[in-house]
Amino acid sequence: MGIEHFIGIDIGSTCAKTVVMDQEGRIVHRMLRPTGWSSVDTALSIREELAGMGITSDNGIVVSTGYGRAAVPFAAKNITEITCHAKGACHIHAADDLTVIDIGGQDTKLIAVSGGQVVDFVMNDKCSAGTGRFLEVMANTLAVTLEDLCELARGGGGASISSMCTVFAESEVIGLIGKGESRENIASAVIDSIVTKVASQAGRLQPAGKVCLTGGLCGFDYLRNRLGKTLRCEVEASPDGRYAGAAGAALCAMQLGLG
Amino acid sequence: MADYRKMWEDLGMDMENHDNLCQVLPTAVGDVFLSQENRPEAMDFWDLVISEVHGIRPAELIEAQKEGRKVFGTFCVYVPDEVVIAANGIVTGLCGGSQFWVPDGEKVLPKSTCPLVKASVGARLGRTCPFFRIADMYVGETTCDGKKKAYEILGEDVPMYIMDVPQMKREKDILKWKDEIAEFAKKVEEFTGNQITPEKLAESIHIINEKRKALARVYNCRKSKCLPISGRDTLLMTQISFFDDPVRCAQMCNRLADELEQRIRDGVSVVSADTKRILVTGTPLAVPNWKLHNIIETSGGAVVCEEMCTGTRYFENLVDETKTTLDEQFMALSERYMKTNCACFTPNTGRIDDILRLAKEYQVDGVIDCSLKFCCLYDTEKYAVSRALKEAGIPVLSLETDYEDADAGQLRTRIGAFIEMLS
Repeated sequence: MGIEHFIGIDIGSTCAKTVVMDQEGRIVHRMLRPTGWSSVDTALSIREELAGMGITSDNGIVVSTGYGRAAVPFAAKNITEITCHAKGACHIHAADDLTVIDIGGQDTKLIAVSGGQVVDFVMNDKCSAGTGRFLEVMANTLAVTLEDLCELARGGGGASISSMCTVFAESEVIGLIGKGESRENIASAVIDSIVTKVASQAGRLQPAGKVCLTGGLCGFDYLRNRLGKTLRCEVEASPDGRYAGAAGAALCAMQLGLG
Repeated sequence: MADYRKMWEDLGMDMENHDNLCQVLPTAVGDVFLSQENRPEAMDFWDLVISEVHGIRPAELIEAQKEGRKVFGTFCVYVPDEVVIAANGIVTGLCGGSQFWVPDGEKVLPKSTCPLVKASVGARLGRTCPFFRIADMYVGETTCDGKKKAYEILGEDVPMYIMDVPQMKREKDILKWKDEIAEFAKKVEEFTGNQITPEKLAESIHIINEKRKALARVYNCRKSKCLPISGRDTLLMTQISFFDDPVRCAQMCNRLADELEQRIRDGVSVVSADTKRILVTGTPLAVPNWKLHNIIETSGGAVVCEEMCTGTRYFENLVDETKTTLDEQFMALSERYMKTNCACFTPNTGRIDDILRLAKEYQVDGVIDCSLKFCCLYDTEKYAVSRALKEAGIPVLSLETDYEDADAGQLRTRIGAFIEMLS
């Protein structure tokens, strides 16, 4: 039996995403689970789940990516999430020239892709400003879910958060709550803050082709629209966007497996 | 290892804290250097020196002091070693490259000071580095605001002399630097009690030129597509050259260069053919700061050149050896030193020219421009550097980091992605 499954495992700071592709590059399985406290344990439980579907090292090849990429002992290779997100986004959006905005749990990346190759990228510094974690903390402070935060934001405006640091921004939000600012206005300020941060990073990159949003926040239309307005372009997203890194890793596995 | 405890105690060092430093260094040396395969045999000299970095050379310096010689500690490649050596003095580098010293520095300096300055002040005030204890006089310079203010604090604890480095490179600035060198010579004569004669200065100019040529010979070998030495090993050689006796340094570098030239003839490389050749540029990497090189060289890259103070800026350009009067010699020194391109000058287009030239000479695949946190000068210059490189079609990655390991994961991702991008 030859290699017929190409598996990409993207161990992010919040979620572990797995994609299985067939020989034609079609995504045949998607798996999502919290990363938890141990990337190695998460990787091993992914392997078990795959084995339950009949996918083993005999008929499949694994490439890992994401910040926990080195913690996947059964991966044939590990490749950075920049390369994988670029490849995956090109595949999902069926384009070779793209600017990929990936808002992840602990970092935000902007990647310029030309002819299917990464030509430039920027990442936020070691800080949670402008990341998914920032949104999570703010949602907790407002006692709402991430989805609710984005919905609330639609009806708000007028307030602003100036701190980029999550910890300071949280106290700013608490200050706004204390002043009696509406949740809608605060939610809107939170979204604007993240959009501004991403837009300032985008200023350091030569944009290429169409712009797409990947990562855990790609399903939040309001955030995507605000981002598009600030960047003055349309920001596209696909339901598979949060699997872009894993899909890119699966494509790398295919390259490896097929030589 | 020889027992240096008595020597450290006599130097008034904080023995308990220094023991903590001594404990971590062997692991770091093992991980970064000894784990490499197929290293040049001539690296044995630097392996020995680094394994007893707070012992061997400090003991030599103390012996020299017993003979009445003076040790001058310096922090910058603009301070002319030639002048000190002409008065039978000894120069030792003093830049701190470890996070270990940063907390002691932060006791007196703002947190938003560059780690090199914080570590240097911390190494002195925390009494955990023998070189900082041994130096009879510190020679500072005005190449950055953080250092200028830090020298005022250090000056309360140790004799301190400051050289005023010009901020521009006009004819009158070169003359001004010549005057600064002449004044420094007077100070050195006074402090050592030895007169600087044209003959002695000519001799020391020759010694330092020979050291520069030897370092350049090793670097030259890295231009070969058949790479005979890793970036980590070359960096260690360069770092130690700031502390070593200049004549021995030249001998050891020439011995290493002999081996590397033979390796190139034999086709012996330390990396596989698909390894990406990286030029690093930016702020200096003071010993034992090996973080950047280690990450690059364990992520599919090889550092083939450093456009840094701990790199080409240290040895490029020679001093004219034909001058016979002190006045002419001081001018020749000024002209050579003012060719060094530091971000403290404005404009500093010479550095961009250097980077573009070196990228070509060393046949690099990409450039990593890395500055220490809170170094406003090099950080700001990244804009011009990356624009010039992009215009020349050379991929560039800009980074900022400090001495902590906290960002090692993020750096590994950025550097790994950059190297994947070059493939």
